[in-house]
Amino acid sequence: MVKLSLPQEEYVVGGHVGCLGCGAVLAMRYLLKGLGPRTILSIPACCWAVLTGSYPRAYLNVPFVNTAFESTGASIAGIRAALDIRGVEDVTVVGFAGDGGTADIGLQALSGMLERGDNAIYVMYDNEAYMNTGTQRSGSTPLGAWTTTTPVGGAGRGKEQPKKDMMGIILAHRVPYAATASVAFPEDLVRKARKAREIAGPTFLHIFSPCPPGWRFSSEKSVEIARLAVDAKVFPLYEVEEGTYRINRNPRKPIPVSDYMSLQERFGHLTKKMMELFQAEVDRNWEMLLRMVEITEEKPLWG
Amino acid sequence: MTGNVAQAWGAKLARAQVIAAYPITPQTTIVERLSDFIAKGELQAKYLTVESEHSAMQACISASLAGARTYTATSSQGLLLMHELLHWASGQRTPVVMGVVNRAVGPPWNIWVDHTDTMAQRDTNWIQAYCENNQEVLDMVIQAYKIGEDAEISLPVMIMEDAFYLSHTAEPVEIPHPTLVDAFLPTFHPRHVLDVDEPLGFNVLAGPDLYEEFRFQLAHAMEATATRIPEVDEEFERSFGRSWGGLMERYRCEDADVVLIAVGTATSTARVVVDGLRDSGVKAGLAKLRFFRPFPREDIKHLAGEVDSITVLDRSYTGTYGGAIYTEVVASVKEIPHSPKVRGFYAGLGGRDLSPEVIKDCMMETLKAEESGVVWADVREFQEV
Repeated sequence: MVKLSLPQEEYVVGGHVGCLGCGAVLAMRYLLKGLGPRTILSIPACCWAVLTGSYPRAYLNVPFVNTAFESTGASIAGIRAALDIRGVEDVTVVGFAGDGGTADIGLQALSGMLERGDNAIYVMYDNEAYMNTGTQRSGSTPLGAWTTTTPVGGAGRGKEQPKKDMMGIILAHRVPYAATASVAFPEDLVRKARKAREIAGPTFLHIFSPCPPGWRFSSEKSVEIARLAVDAKVFPLYEVEEGTYRINRNPRKPIPVSDYMSLQERFGHLTKKMMELFQAEVDRNWEMLLRMVEITEEKPLWG
Repeated sequence: MTGNVAQAWGAKLARAQVIAAYPITPQTTIVERLSDFIAKGELQAKYLTVESEHSAMQACISASLAGARTYTATSSQGLLLMHELLHWASGQRTPVVMGVVNRAVGPPWNIWVDHTDTMAQRDTNWIQAYCENNQEVLDMVIQAYKIGEDAEISLPVMIMEDAFYLSHTAEPVEIPHPTLVDAFLPTFHPRHVLDVDEPLGFNVLAGPDLYEEFRFQLAHAMEATATRIPEVDEEFERSFGRSWGGLMERYRCEDADVVLIAVGTATSTARVVVDGLRDSGVKAGLAKLRFFRPFPREDIKHLAGEVDSITVLDRSYTGTYGGAIYTEVVASVKEIPHSPKVRGFYAGLGGRDLSPEVIKDCMMETLKAEESGVVWADVREFQEV
């Protein structure tokens, strides 16, 4: 029997109202296993704003505050400032926001926090659309994907723009640590959470979190789809520490993007030609990542 | 010192611990001075140079929830950008204190005094105090923490000063001794904080079965301020020998035929006008609204029982029939059996000079008028260009 080297402690407690197979629940669960109980969370409007509980119940065993949609970066900066001035040490401050709350409406406050160098972890759990409001496209929705605001049929062909490169935006701030992670690789996720915790400064985790109702797949396939995303290089696992890029999983037998996409009805309408376009974009991104690893092996870009 | 420096001194003496602010004319000298205090080690605080007013307010709210005393300051557009978060601050009961330098709202661009910015926040459940001079500004920042942090209240407070008339005009101001301020204002110990040793969740969902009760509690807290505010001022007087009164200050209202209701620096001019009218045989008086939230409903009702004519001066345009103060005054006086005539005047918008003549004309027009109504007091005749 394979023994997982994950902490036994649970900080996401039973009773939450997450959908069956919710990737965002796994993301929070593994994140907190990595960070432990001395963690304060700030959560904006997103699925997790509902999952945290309904008064007077709460489903997290760490203190948290729900805030306005666009203000996570400022909220965690404020919490850290208060703890510092009060002399409270050894507490990890975490912003936990969805892709809409990060890549779209929350980008300004996040950029401010990164630029100032506030000591906090910002986590973007990415389910690639506004899922709490019923699957509207976000800047993080991938090319071609169906959403309720990028319909399919008539003139509609799904989203016409590629996914926003959030890691690129984050790294333009020269942060000490940023990493991608996936709910299909919990040990890697836990390690990265701990790594971020140990760094004094702004750190960023981009967690791939499949959404069964929004991506239209059967709920038992969440982890499988997350794994395929990594192995198809759609969502590579990598980290950037002080300007040095490192790939954490280099698939020995890469699979075509169609293997990943065919399990999800949101891509069900894609023609062969559109699939090729998608594959080309994935290949280009992977090439760029390899180049960044190569370049920064010799000399870090910053740090 | 200027009103802005008085704001900064108030925050310093109150020992604000987290300050988050974004620059806007004419607020800037407040945050510049606070930066200096911190840089020189005179104030032990964290200053977050946030990228917007929205983030300034969010940082203060979250810092307050994490147990720190907080301060920010803004004006006009910056305050409007904060609007969403003003509701969060009061709704989650974080006693943030904010200085607001009242400035006109665009367009057209205008940086001069006008109260539309704060009047437009009247429904956000913030305590609102308007100041007449720079001493009042400094003293009220200190009082604001004492009022807002009261366990029964736990509400945010904004302390207003008129752009340039106070913000950039120097007056003699007595700086209270820090040890006296410390004795008057104990350190901030909120009932509930973000604490890893006692994990609590804040702002979770409350459905139709509970939401209204949260709002009721908010209303109840605001009601409680009406008695607490005069008490705090009395305590302040015992410590510092100065008193500013309760929600409303009466000036020569005894046996008056006409009383002017106004806020901010216009009240200083109005005192001179009232004196002049009294000298010429007109029984005039002034009711200075020190607070707009809570609205001094009971004070207004008492006053309405004693006078036949009330003049209301609104240095703001909020799109209602009659200005923000007018509508509230009318609603209050209607609660007594024989309500007086109330005349509302829009005047002094966008920094237009509110001269003694204009104020006098408003009061004399009120005496002559047959019934209640609203007038643009000093508007020029509109001409096609």
